[in-house]
Amino acid sequence: MKEMICVTCPKGCRLKIDEQTLKVSGNSCPRGTVYAQNELTDPKRVVTTTVPVSGAILPRCPVRTSAPVSKKLMIKIVQELKKYSLTSPVKVGQVVVENILGSGADVIVTRNL
Amino acid sequence: MRDLIIVGGGPAGLAAAYGAYEKGVKDILILEREDTLGGILNQCIHNGFGLHRFKEELSGPEYAQRYIDMLKDTTVDILSGTTVLELREDRTVCALNSRQGYFELQAKTVILAMGCRERTRGAISIPGSRPAGVFTAGAAQKYLNMEGYLCGKRVVVLGSGDIGLIMARRMTLEGAKVLACVEVMPYSGGLTRNIVQCLEDFGIPLYLSHTVTDVRGDRRLTGVTVSKVDENRNPIPGTEMDFDCDTLLLSVGLIPENELTRGAGIEIDPRTNGPLVYDNMETTLEGVFACGNVVHVHDLVDYVSEEAARAGASAANRILGKIPEHRAVHIKTDGAVSYTVPQYIRENAEEKTVSLSFRVRKILDDVKIQVSDGQRTVFTAKRTHMAPGEMEKIQLPREAIGDARDLTVSVEK
Repeated sequence: MKEMICVTCPKGCRLKIDEQTLKVSGNSCPRGTVYAQNELTDPKRVVTTTVPVSGAILPRCPVRTSAPVSKKLMIKIVQELKKYSLTSPVKVGQVVVENILGSGADVIVTRNL
Repeated sequence: MRDLIIVGGGPAGLAAAYGAYEKGVKDILILEREDTLGGILNQCIHNGFGLHRFKEELSGPEYAQRYIDMLKDTTVDILSGTTVLELREDRTVCALNSRQGYFELQAKTVILAMGCRERTRGAISIPGSRPAGVFTAGAAQKYLNMEGYLCGKRVVVLGSGDIGLIMARRMTLEGAKVLACVEVMPYSGGLTRNIVQCLEDFGIPLYLSHTVTDVRGDRRLTGVTVSKVDENRNPIPGTEMDFDCDTLLLSVGLIPENELTRGAGIEIDPRTNGPLVYDNMETTLEGVFACGNVVHVHDLVDYVSEEAARAGASAANRILGKIPEHRAVHIKTDGAVSYTVPQYIRENAEEKTVSLSFRVRKILDDVKIQVSDGQRTVFTAKRTHMAPGEMEKIQLPREAIGDARDLTVSVEK
């Protein structure tokens, strides 16, 4: 039995997972099951950072991965995004990079600028 | 005369406006100090917002955009770049901007949604020299996420508040080395999830019961000394550790920004540093409501929105002539419970339950939240884990209150 704290949402449920059967308890929503199972196999996180944007009220535009990606890719994705820049107008949900570093997730804009 | 003026266009102000509009109030004005709406959410580019409110995991700017979009097709007016200087007892709002200069507006109701600001180095008296490189975590967050400036390369974080933890991760991702997070209390001040995903994920050590006892540097910070503290939070000689760093981030608490509130003669709760409120979020000044971090510091924006919607709906009720005139029950606290919001509950209001928020002073496992009227227990709820860094909420059925004069909230084994 392994114990962990679910980081999917700020509630922070205390999960217990059986290492053999991958059965999860202590979660208050289905996301907890997925989280605990991923933590044992391939931990995943949403990556958030910014990319430069020109012609907007701010010099930086916030972006994130559209889904959690392998924890190992976090810093690589932030570094990779240094190659990209945007031009205003951009809208929430607009794709900056598709399937970044083969992670299966797109990088999307999170603010209208 | 305006029906409703809202001071602040952050998450609380936006949700309050929408709450009042939904209840049928059309004449609403939001006064916002910055040029854009959204408040602190604009610099909180990390994810984790909105799981309760929208059943989706959003970043801060996305969460703000949802509310900005919701207000788009309404009659809510927005005046940005406008600072409110004073609120008078007769609900006159005195404001200033570069287009109109100084002006005064009268309102039937006012909602205070000014949020909070960070405690600074001055508030916690750290010894040492005063070089550049000591920032509040929120200031560093704004420089990095909105302006694109990384404020340092070797970082120590003092305080384990959520913003400090989030910035430890953010600066690591941008290539800085975060050497340590130092917390004077024996427990973290932030959410457990942030300890996991911001410190543990990146191998950043957390030193509990430690504090910064020296700050070195002439022009720029060159290092700090960290010492262990005893149970009275006094540094223990001989436990000093030196860190070579160019940046010290402070994440040592937030202060509700209540200058306007005090100026209007509204009663402040010394425990929350926010206004005393009734269950409809009305302050001690009739027709003036408050919500969000100006009342008490929240962990989750989702709960700010919920509270603000209630304030908006209550202001609407007053404008539409539904005025609560009933006796109020005082909510007291006992033992580990440090405060409650609201502090007063009025009888016979519309809603069947009262949402009661509070915090505890220490970490507690397997406990029972208990509400008593002096004679008997009127409500209980079980919790497997409670921590000072995590706000608790209970839904108290109004019928449980009965004819009690006051209620006491406590936590029992």
